[in-house]
Amino acid sequence: MTQELTGLREGAEAELRNAETEEDLLAIRTRYLGRKGLLTGLLRNIAGVPPADRPEFGRRCNEIKEDLAARVDQRIAAVASKKRDEALLRERIDVTLPGRGVRYGALHPITQVRDEICRIFEGLGFSIVEGPEVELDYYNFEALNIPKNHPARDMQDTFYVEENIVLRTHTSPVQVRIMEKTKPPVRILSPGRVYRRDSDISHTPMFHQIEGLLVDRGITFGDLKGVLTMFLKQVFGEQTALRFRPSFFPFTEPSAEVDIRCVMCSGRGCRVCGQSGWLEILGSGMVDPEVFKNVGYDPEVFTGFAFGLGLERIAMLKFGISDIRLFFEGDMRFLEQF
Amino acid sequence: MLVSVKWLRDYVDVDVTPAEMAERLTMAGLEVDALEERRPAFSGVKVARILSLKPHPDADHLSLCDVTAGESTYPVVCGAANIRVGDCVPLALAGATLPGGLVVRTSRIRGERSDGMLASEEELGIGTDASGIMILPADLSPGAELAELDELRDTVLDIGVTPNRADCLSITGVAREWAAIAGGALRIPAALPAESGEDIRELTSVTILDPDLCPRYTARIIKGVRIGPSPLWIRQRLEAVGLRPINNVVDVTNFVMMELGQPLHAFDYRFLEEGRIVVRRSRAGEPFVSLDGRERILNEGTLLICDGVKPVAIGGIMGGLNSEIQTDTETILLESAYFNPASIRRTSREMAMGTDAAFRFERGIDPEGVIPALNRAADLIARIAGGTVCRGLIDAYPQKIETAGRIPLRIRRVNDILGTSISGEEILRILGSLQMAVEPVGEDCFAVTPPTCRVDIVREIDLIEEVARLSGYDRIPATLPAVSATTGIRQGRAVLEGKLRDIMTGAGYSEAINYSFISPSAVDRLGIDQTDQRRRHVEIRNPLTEEQAVMRTTMVYSLLLNAGKNADCGRFDLKIFELGRTFIGRGAGELPLEENRLACMLAGLRYEDRWHSGDLRADFYDLKGCIENMLDACCIPMPSFRSGMHEPFLHPGKSCGVYSGEDRIGSLGEVHPDVLARMDLKGPIVVCELDLDRMAALSARKISFRSIPRFPSSSRDVAFLVRTDQEAREILLPAGDPPEELLEKVQIFDIYEGKNLPAGTKSLGLRFSYRSADRTLTDDEVNEVHGRIVKRIVGATGAAIR
Repeated sequence: MTQELTGLREGAEAELRNAETEEDLLAIRTRYLGRKGLLTGLLRNIAGVPPADRPEFGRRCNEIKEDLAARVDQRIAAVASKKRDEALLRERIDVTLPGRGVRYGALHPITQVRDEICRIFEGLGFSIVEGPEVELDYYNFEALNIPKNHPARDMQDTFYVEENIVLRTHTSPVQVRIMEKTKPPVRILSPGRVYRRDSDISHTPMFHQIEGLLVDRGITFGDLKGVLTMFLKQVFGEQTALRFRPSFFPFTEPSAEVDIRCVMCSGRGCRVCGQSGWLEILGSGMVDPEVFKNVGYDPEVFTGFAFGLGLERIAMLKFGISDIRLFFEGDMRFLEQF
Repeated sequence: MLVSVKWLRDYVDVDVTPAEMAERLTMAGLEVDALEERRPAFSGVKVARILSLKPHPDADHLSLCDVTAGESTYPVVCGAANIRVGDCVPLALAGATLPGGLVVRTSRIRGERSDGMLASEEELGIGTDASGIMILPADLSPGAELAELDELRDTVLDIGVTPNRADCLSITGVAREWAAIAGGALRIPAALPAESGEDIRELTSVTILDPDLCPRYTARIIKGVRIGPSPLWIRQRLEAVGLRPINNVVDVTNFVMMELGQPLHAFDYRFLEEGRIVVRRSRAGEPFVSLDGRERILNEGTLLICDGVKPVAIGGIMGGLNSEIQTDTETILLESAYFNPASIRRTSREMAMGTDAAFRFERGIDPEGVIPALNRAADLIARIAGGTVCRGLIDAYPQKIETAGRIPLRIRRVNDILGTSISGEEILRILGSLQMAVEPVGEDCFAVTPPTCRVDIVREIDLIEEVARLSGYDRIPATLPAVSATTGIRQGRAVLEGKLRDIMTGAGYSEAINYSFISPSAVDRLGIDQTDQRRRHVEIRNPLTEEQAVMRTTMVYSLLLNAGKNADCGRFDLKIFELGRTFIGRGAGELPLEENRLACMLAGLRYEDRWHSGDLRADFYDLKGCIENMLDACCIPMPSFRSGMHEPFLHPGKSCGVYSGEDRIGSLGEVHPDVLARMDLKGPIVVCELDLDRMAALSARKISFRSIPRFPSSSRDVAFLVRTDQEAREILLPAGDPPEELLEKVQIFDIYEGKNLPAGTKSLGLRFSYRSADRTLTDDEVNEVHGRIVKRIVGATGAAIR
């Protein structure tokens, strides 16, 4: 009987292995485990087993029965699952087609650079302020210590609206407007459009500047160096070498131009830096006492520094743009790259 | 300003390379923009001496000479008439290369052997004189390579002199600066000319009628000059700094201007009527022919140098053709004067005459340098052009020119401004090196008198800058200021603008920045009415082009230009926005109204990828949806879109005003087909322009939480039959007017027009949702309120229920 049991088991396993469909598996279950099945038949013949072996025989029969039942169920589930998968795969879509919806638009590179700079100075407590783009000659020049018929006006070729109204040539007039109506301390940053009468591959008649001003008691040229160094290293990287060299702006004294090591050639000299190894990045200086007098600040009590930089130049360096005119042509092939 | 290093070395020692010099000048504030090596463009040319000279047996105009170049002697055939035995000349031997690539060969000229050629300055490319062989200084040794001759080699620095540093517009000025930077003794020429003969006062006089414009005028007379070319050393120096040699007298005036920074002018005394000088303002309309041969009609008040009768120069700017030095000039009147800087600048700008002289006068020359320059030039002319300097000089100086007196300088103030701890001794040393007179005053203070050439130094802060500059900016320690914390940095529009940029880019629009100026004809192309305030242009007086002649009064035009630009490149699918300003003129003397605006433009396909939606074109509702979202995100209260708005450049049937409550904040719509046609654009193009200042003022972010509804809603659908021209807004308005507490929302689920409907009507399917916050509504309750609302709509709009 035991032998028969083993044979039955092997036979069932072989059949299970060959079964492919759910029908095959159901037939196997019926054939072995059904009421008239082979295993049931064996159990029914338990009388032929010696009484001493009967418990063992019964136990093995049940074991085989349960095992077989579990394996049939398992196979039935597997076959069903495979069938469902096949059905779902017939609903297959092309996942490599582009998704539906809108592509993200791009922020203008000038905006991106401006925002980056504003964030750095906002972190230092600077407020963002604005001023008019069509400006009085007084604010654009005279209050900044640039009188009429002064050679310093040659530094900026001006668009005139009237004798005393100009398109602002720099963002510096905002300094004066803010100081006129604010008591120190003053910490402002003023981005905006400015205009100069100039047009070629490296000049457009409109461009963008950011003006910064910090006025308080005890502000020094050393502070100017510290703040601008920190700022430029954040924009161009911690490793960037920079230098402060004397220059002239009518509204600051002492004045300094700030250069960074050329980002293109690392200082070896190239076309971008005019072989000098340095790139002029911003103009700065201690606010001239004359400007303080014009806005009613006492230069003996308050000192401060101001700086200004062109955003196009920085965007050109950061993004490798060689023609400044591209910024203002509205060409989607340009705009979408940023 | 170009500075020849060779020339500079005449006045100060330079013991570093030109590159290092450039670096140190730059770091002291004289920025060297470029550095140019000047060397002769020939090779194989030697210094030779003429040993013998005889006529060519077979040609009238040629001669045969034997020349020695050190060891050997060469026969050379020469066509020039200016050489003599013993002259030192340049000899280009066989194999020598001359500028332009000519290679010299041994040849036979009319049967006579010639081993090379003697060259003129012009042939060697070192001068303009082609009239004869170049005669070299007699002390050169034959056989030397001419290209190695010191006099022919130089380095030229191009210094960007800032407008304040008038004192550095001369070679000696830069030499003074270099001496202060690097140390070393200065050698400024100050020779007095040898005088003889008549006293100048017997020959001329100077009358200054307008001392405010010409406070000082000095003159000398030199008689018996012979006009000719200048010696090589002068010409070399002038050419190195970009000036063209003319003749010995004019060259000396230019040489001394470059040397000392004082512009000079030489008149031919013959042509000075009454032999005298009168300095006066011009009368309106006075004609004058300047040295460059151009006739100019003078404005009233231009400063003129005149003789007894007529103008002979525009003071400080340019001389006149009528008194120019000529080849037969014998007696000259030499002028060295000081002119009012602002007046010179005004005149030179008005007349577009930016001469070297004007450039220096307008920046301010050294008032005490007037006479030294006069003397230096007279001395040089007498030596170079022959002639004798008449005794005495005229110094008409009716009005004292202010120079800086003793300027107090506090040591503590120096360090307070710079953030340094520079000692009094160091300050003393630095100012001393700049030739300033420094006297101690008390413990912590100096009284400083700058040299008169430093017209930029009048205040304490000017001195502090000098100390900073020369002690070196790199020696000033970088520090961070202690600043107080602040709050609420970004407010109002700045916040709004950031949000708008995020929303617009998120909706697929890319940001453009356009010029603020446009063509004055833009408003015509947009069809803007004559009375519209957008015709009140801010006009630019001196625009670069007509296309940029006025400030824009609407941003839409700029975007349409973008559409054109992109169409030219074959790009028609556009989603662009711009944040910027418009400018409305407010009349003479007033600043314009500047308004911050957002403009956006949509054209072409709705989706970039067509595989899922075919050629679905973007339309009015795409942009409107975007604007609705934006207004919502920006918390603009009670937004609405209303038709019947007259915006001349928009399609009258496909445009609307954008409102918040009763405030109009902008417009939205398809561009008018006529505008498209005028601008040669293909439509449809949808645009929107919004007023950001008004939006910022209206934006109110107040959120008060409402409980999440716990009871179900029930809805009722109704199809209204309305006239085709009736707007959804009209039908919807009565639903909430007066407000119905139980009405939660109304949605439009269908719009149908066509078959089965009477002509001129359309069907509008509305779904009304009703809900109560505190109970489940019964059918009766819903029916009651729904019935009331439908009745109201029918009554107010004439709609029928289908």
